[in-house]
Amino acid sequence: MALVLTEEQQLLQETVRDFVREKAPVKHLRQLRDTNDKVGFSRDLWKEMADLGWAGIILPEEHGGSGLGYAELGILLEECGRTLVPEPFLSTVVLGAELIQKGASEAQQKEILGGIAEGRTVLALAHQEQGRYSPYAVSTRAEAAGDGFQLSGKKTFVLDGHVADSLIVVARTSGAAGDRDGLTLFLVPAESAGVSITRTVMVDSRNSAVVELSNVAVSRDQVLGDVGAGADLLDPALDRATVALSAQLLGVLTEAFERTVEYLKTRIQFDVPIGSFQALKHRAAVMFCEVELSKSIVMDALAAIDEGRENASQLVSAAKARTSDTAGLVTREAVQMFGGIGMTDEEEIGFFLKRARAAELTLGDGSFHRDRFAQLNGY
Amino acid sequence: MSATTDLDEFRSEVRTWLEENLPETLRGRAWPSGSDLALWRQRMGDRGFACPTWPAEYGGGGLDAAHTRVLQQEMARVGAPPSVRGFGVSMLGPVLLEFANDAQKREHLPGIIYGRVNWCQGYSEPGAGSDLASLQTRAVREGDEYVINGQKIWTSGATEADWMFCLVRTDPRAPKHDGISFILFDLKSPGVEVRPIRLISGASSFCEVFFKDVHAKASNLIGVENAGWTIAKRLLQHERTMLSGGMGGGTAPGRAAAGRAAQRRNGFADMAKKYLGDADGRIADPVLRDQLAQLELDGLCYRLTTLRSAASAKAGQGPGHTASMFKLYASEMNKRRQELTMSVLGSQGLGWEGEAFDAFERGTTRQWLRSKGNSIEGGTSEVQLNVIAKRVLGLPD
Ligand SMILES: Cc1cc2nc3c(=O)[nH]c(=O)nc-3n(C[C@H](O)[C@H](O)[C@H](O)COP(=O)(O)OP(=O)(O)OC[C@H]3O[C@@H](n4cnc5c(N)ncnc54)[C@H](O)[C@@H]3O)c2cc1C
Repeated sequence: MALVLTEEQQLLQETVRDFVREKAPVKHLRQLRDTNDKVGFSRDLWKEMADLGWAGIILPEEHGGSGLGYAELGILLEECGRTLVPEPFLSTVVLGAELIQKGASEAQQKEILGGIAEGRTVLALAHQEQGRYSPYAVSTRAEAAGDGFQLSGKKTFVLDGHVADSLIVVARTSGAAGDRDGLTLFLVPAESAGVSITRTVMVDSRNSAVVELSNVAVSRDQVLGDVGAGADLLDPALDRATVALSAQLLGVLTEAFERTVEYLKTRIQFDVPIGSFQALKHRAAVMFCEVELSKSIVMDALAAIDEGRENASQLVSAAKARTSDTAGLVTREAVQMFGGIGMTDEEEIGFFLKRARAAELTLGDGSFHRDRFAQLNGY
Repeated sequence: MSATTDLDEFRSEVRTWLEENLPETLRGRAWPSGSDLALWRQRMGDRGFACPTWPAEYGGGGLDAAHTRVLQQEMARVGAPPSVRGFGVSMLGPVLLEFANDAQKREHLPGIIYGRVNWCQGYSEPGAGSDLASLQTRAVREGDEYVINGQKIWTSGATEADWMFCLVRTDPRAPKHDGISFILFDLKSPGVEVRPIRLISGASSFCEVFFKDVHAKASNLIGVENAGWTIAKRLLQHERTMLSGGMGGGTAPGRAAAGRAAQRRNGFADMAKKYLGDADGRIADPVLRDQLAQLELDGLCYRLTTLRSAASAKAGQGPGHTASMFKLYASEMNKRRQELTMSVLGSQGLGWEGEAFDAFERGTTRQWLRSKGNSIEGGTSEVQLNVIAKRVLGLPD
C-alpha cells in the first residue's frame, strides 16, 4: 500500500513543483485567457514538458515514454493542479495514450504514441453527448457502409477537441442510448470530411469543443478494439482518466486550502488576524480533515491501478467523489473567507473555484460516483 | 538472520502458541468474560502478549512495531480477543511508562497487564469540562500522604473500578495549569462515595464521585508535584487515539481491520435492503442509499488516512497531531452511522423495550442515544477543532 512517497517520487514532486511554479503559474492560464489564445495552451511549454518525459510518462520506453506508473502520473498531475496548468494531460497523456495503447494496431501505435511522447500529437475523446456525465448514454450512430462505417451525431465537452490532431469517437453500432453493449470506438483525423469542430469558451478557461459528425466515412482500420465491445476498452481508460483527474483536483484543492489558511493569518480586521475568529478556525479545521482524507484515497486509488487490484474501480470512484466534493467545499469557503477580494478577477482564488467546478463535473461528480461506488459494493 | 525470516519464525511461534493457549470458548468473542477469560489473562500476561509493546522488564512483550503487527494479525486470524482493554491498558499504562518512577511502574503495571485492577478516570468536574485545567478538587500534603477533598463527575465505570487516576489541585495560588498534580488512589479508601448517573440511553455507565478527606499515598503521585498538566494532556492524546479506534475507525493498521470493516459494511447494506426493500440489487430508497454510500466512502478514506498517518510517522512525512483529527472524524462518523440506522429502521428504531422489537432494533435505539456522547467524551468535537486550528494549522489565538 503506497501511502508514502519513495525518495524518487519525492524528487519527481520537487522537480515538477519547481518547474510549474516558474513556468506555468496561474498567471500562465490567465494570460492564455486574456489573449484569447487560439491553442488554449502553450505549444512551446508543452514541448518542454514533453522533453522532461511528462507527456509520455505512462508510455513504455519503446514508444519514447518514461515507463512510469500511475503513482508518478498522480504526483505530476497533483502539482500541475496546484497552478491550474492547462496543457493537454487528461485528453492526450491519459485518455489518448491509454486508448491507443490498448486498442490500436501496431502501426498506429508506433505512429501516434511517439507523437504523444514528443509533445507533437494531441488527441481528444469525443464521448459525452449531454450535460450530465453518463458514459453509456451515446446516441451517435455508426452505420455500416461499404467496407467501413459512417458516423453521425453530436458530441459536447470534448476536452482539447479544437486542437486535436485526431478524435477518438465513441459511437453506437447497435443498441440504444444507455446500453453498455453496442459501443464502438473510432480513430478519426480531425480534418476528415464531415467533421466540424467548434471551440467552446468554458468558465475555467480550458479547452473544450462541440464536435458534429455528419456522415463521416471511416474504414475498418480506424476501429479501436472490437466492434460493439467498445465499453471493454473505454471503461478501464475512463477509470484511469478519473483517478488522474482526481489527482489534479487534489492539487487544486490543496493549493486553495493552503492559500486560504495563509490569508486567515495575514488579513487583519478588528485589529487581529481573521484566523483568530473561532467561526473561521473551525471551518478551516473541518477543511483540513477533508483535505487529508482526500489525499489518502487518491494515493490508494493510484496504487490500486498500478497494482491491478480487483477493487480498483471502487477506489477510483471513491477518489473522484471525495476530491470533487472536497474541492467544492474548499473553494466555496475560500472565496467566502477572502471576502470582497475573493470576488475579484484580479485575485487568483477565483480561478480555483472555477476549475474545481469544471473538474467536478468532468467524468462524473460526487453523486455519480457514490452511485457507482454503491453499485460496485453490491447495494 | 534476515528481518523477514525472523518475522516468519515469530509468526509460526505465535501461531503454535495461540493454538495451545487460546481457550476454545473465547474464539471470536469480542467481549469475553468468565473463568476462561481469567485463564486467558494469566497466559497472555505470562507470555508478554497482553501488552506486547511495553518493555519486558515491566511485564510487557518488548516487541517492536513489526512483531506486534504479526501478533495482531495472528490473533485476528483465529479470532483471539485481547486479554485486557480499557483505561488501564490504553491510557494509564502508556503515561506510567513515560512519566512514572521505577517503583511506581513495578507496583501498577502488572495489575494492568493481568487485568487485575480496573481503572477509572477522575478528570472532569462540575465546573471543569472542556476547560479541564480549571478543576478544583484539592489535595493537601500531610506527611507521606495527600488528603483529597472535592468532586469528580462523568467518571465512566466508577462503580466497577478499583482505582482512579485523578487530577487534583495541589497549588491553588499558581496559574491554573501550574498547580495540578496527577495522582493514583484506591477507590475503596474511606471518604470516597460513588453515585451512578442515569443517561439518556437508560444505562448508568458513568458516575459522580465525591471525596471527603480521602488519604492517598504520596508515593502514588506521578511525576513532580504541580507538574501534572503535561501528564494529563499526554493521557488525553492516548484517550483520543483509543476512542477513534473503537468507533469504526480502527487505528490498528492492517488488512484484518479492513476485512472486519468490509464485513460490517455488507452487514449494513443487507440490513438496509431488508428494511427498505431490494430494487434489482440496490437499496430501494435512493436517498438513504446515497447517504450510506457517502458514509462508507468516508469510512474508507478515514481508514486509509489512519494507515497513511502510521506509515508517514515512520517515514517522517505527513501531518502530526493526528489524534485530534481522528477523534473528531471517528466520533462524528459514528454519530452519522447511528442516525442513518435510525432512518433505515423507521418506527422500528424507536423501541425502548418489549417484544414488538427485536434485540437489534432495541439496541439501535440505545446505541443511537449513546453515540451522542462520542463527540463529548474525551474532549468535545469543538475542542478537537480548536486543537487542529491551533496546533496543526497554526492559526492565532
Ligand atoms: C459518555 C461520556 C463518558 C465520559 N467519561 C469520562 C470519564 O471517564 N472521566 C472524566 O473525567 N470525564 C468523562 N467524561 C466527561 C467529558 O470529558 C466532558 O463531558 C467533556 O470534556 C465536556 O465537558 P462538559 O461536559 O463540561 O461540557 P462543556 O465544557 O460545558 O461544553 C458545553 C459545550 O460548549 C462547547 N465549548 C466549550 N468550550 C469551548 C470552546 N473553547 N470553544 C468552542 N466550544 C466550546 C463544548 O464543545 C460543548 O458543546 C465523559 C463524558 C461522556 C459524554
